Amino acid sequence: MRTASLALAMIWCSLASLGSAEAVGDAEAGKKLFAKCKGCHEIGAGAKDRIGPHLNGVYGRNAAAHEGFSYSKSMQRAGADGLVWTERTLDAYIEKPRTLVSKTRMSFRGMKDATERANLLAYLRTHSDNPSDVPEAEPTAHATDHDIDPVILALKGDPDYGEYLSSECLTCHQSDGSAEGIPSITLWPEEDFVIAMHAYKRKLRPHPVMQMMAGRLSDEEIAALAAYFKDLQ
Amino acid sequence: MKLNRRAFLGTGAAAAAAIHAPAVLADGHDKPRVVVIGGGAGGATAARYIAKDSKGAVNVTLVEPSRVYFTCFFSNLYLGGFKELDDIGHTYGTLAAKYGINVVHDWAVDVDRDAKTVTLAGGAQLPYDKLILSPGIDFVDGAVEGWSVAAQNAMPHAYKAGSQSELLKAQIAAMPQGGTFAMVAPPNPFRCPPGPYERVSMVAHVLKNTNPTAKIIVADPKPKFSKMSLFQEGWANHYEGMIDWIGEDFGGANVSVDPDAMTLTIDGEETAVDVCNVIPAMKAGRIAEIAGVTDGNWAPVNGADMSTKADGDVYVLGDACQQGDMPKSGYSANSQAKVCANAVRGALTGSKVFPAKFSNTCWSLIGTDDGVKVGATYEATDEKIAKVDGFISQTGESGDLRKATFEESEGWYAGITSDMFG
Repeated sequence: MRTASLALAMIWCSLASLGSAEAVGDAEAGKKLFAKCKGCHEIGAGAKDRIGPHLNGVYGRNAAAHEGFSYSKSMQRAGADGLVWTERTLDAYIEKPRTLVSKTRMSFRGMKDATERANLLAYLRTHSDNPSDVPEAEPTAHATDHDIDPVILALKGDPDYGEYLSSECLTCHQSDGSAEGIPSITLWPEEDFVIAMHAYKRKLRPHPVMQMMAGRLSDEEIAALAAYFKDLQ
Repeated sequence: MKLNRRAFLGTGAAAAAAIHAPAVLADGHDKPRVVVIGGGAGGATAARYIAKDSKGAVNVTLVEPSRVYFTCFFSNLYLGGFKELDDIGHTYGTLAAKYGINVVHDWAVDVDRDAKTVTLAGGAQLPYDKLILSPGIDFVDGAVEGWSVAAQNAMPHAYKAGSQSELLKAQIAAMPQGGTFAMVAPPNPFRCPPGPYERVSMVAHVLKNTNPTAKIIVADPKPKFSKMSLFQEGWANHYEGMIDWIGEDFGGANVSVDPDAMTLTIDGEETAVDVCNVIPAMKAGRIAEIAGVTDGNWAPVNGADMSTKADGDVYVLGDACQQGDMPKSGYSANSQAKVCANAVRGALTGSKVFPAKFSNTCWSLIGTDDGVKVGATYEATDEKIAKVDGFISQTGESGDLRKATFEESEGWYAGITSDMFG
């Protein structure tokens, strides 16, 4: 009897710890952490697909199932193999994206800290558990804060010139979007591409190779590259 | 023209892709013909871009003796135990099947620039309208007293990756405890300026774990070398007291070796060594000399399109060319290949030719997760390919940044090899 109650207590303990792992997430703290994601993902009322898909209603969805977004082949395969986004799979994916989906286009090194992940997931969940609540959610976390001249953003790029110029990018960035230590730039929306390149050109984004590469590209050349990469398959 | 069966069957996915690539089956005798000699970072890239962008309008033949190509870049990481040999080996099946390139595994032994033909060791003759040579390097005879290619088993160069890399790695593993690894470093200009020093780092990394009392001696004819302060900082941090670099000031240029006795003599002082990695002075791969487009050790080219000064229909890419400010690196060769491909395709099909732009970045690994880099952009001027802007890693960088730099180099490797081989 005594042994049995001890065993029961142990089961209870382990259940409690499991329960607390799910319950510990602090959505407010997670909202701050979402800053790491919002370069590519929007969430909340009016969220749109950007470099990555918007994240409303991600819980319970099949991987690569959000219509209208072009996923990597790797993510499509994971979806076809039955990957569903749950607390557990999202946790594993955010911890190290490439461990779960080897050639994902999500250029994120991963979040090591389990508490941070739990907080972030708690925040995502507030936009997921009940999708009908999304319009009442906190204001949209928008992806881009920038002061690029609208004239530059409106430039229409020549994709043929972009194809030639892209050969310089493809020494490092893989055309299929695999992000293995170097981020994917395939299928980015034109505006995000232009904003990112101008941020390198003006040395607002800190990477010496990219500052050097972007530094000598004209506004037209950046537009041409954006026009080429947005449709690259 | 033979389509190599082994290479073709080597890539299952590529075989499937062939269904959509009628160029594989096209006869193509009425199309313009490009022959590319050398299937490394310059040649494979040029062949692939011309075939890909001309969409079958140009008949591209790639001549490369190796069925499996081992990249020289990252071969030091193989020596250091960070990569397997398989990780740096690549085949040509996708270039044949997906891009319709005629891949011929043979040696080019002669070029007749009047008749515009290339002769292969097997006897076949390949006619060309444009010839692209990307033969890499060969060694200057007699550059290191006592050393010749006949002695490369006793004293490997391991500066063309593959069996030589395996040999050198095995010799390092077999060193006696407390033994001596020696390197004879090459004079400028040579393939991969940081390469010898990354190699020293990788050898030290292996010895630190397996043979911590071993010594490393580097005899160097130069007063300084690429990323010198970064390497020296790293050597002090990771391998204190293990590496003795003897530069020009201390007689590093006055060197001879005896491969039978396994001795190295620096400035008159003879030392017994257990492993001796001799990296001799270099010159353009021999076929460039045979083609008559070299002047001295290298082939002078025009930066605008990589055509040779000697012949507008013959182009030289990568290590073999003499172009100006770009270092001899795989990245440079890949960059030059794209400019060349654009110009050659334009000349043969009338497609639009865009202005030349070049770039280079060289990553080096000093120890576990300790990566550094140097890079620059370049433009074509009337005289040469001239440097525009550049950067280099700084001493004292954080461990996180160095780790990110190493991971970036792995990303670059995946990127450039898929850019070369499809």
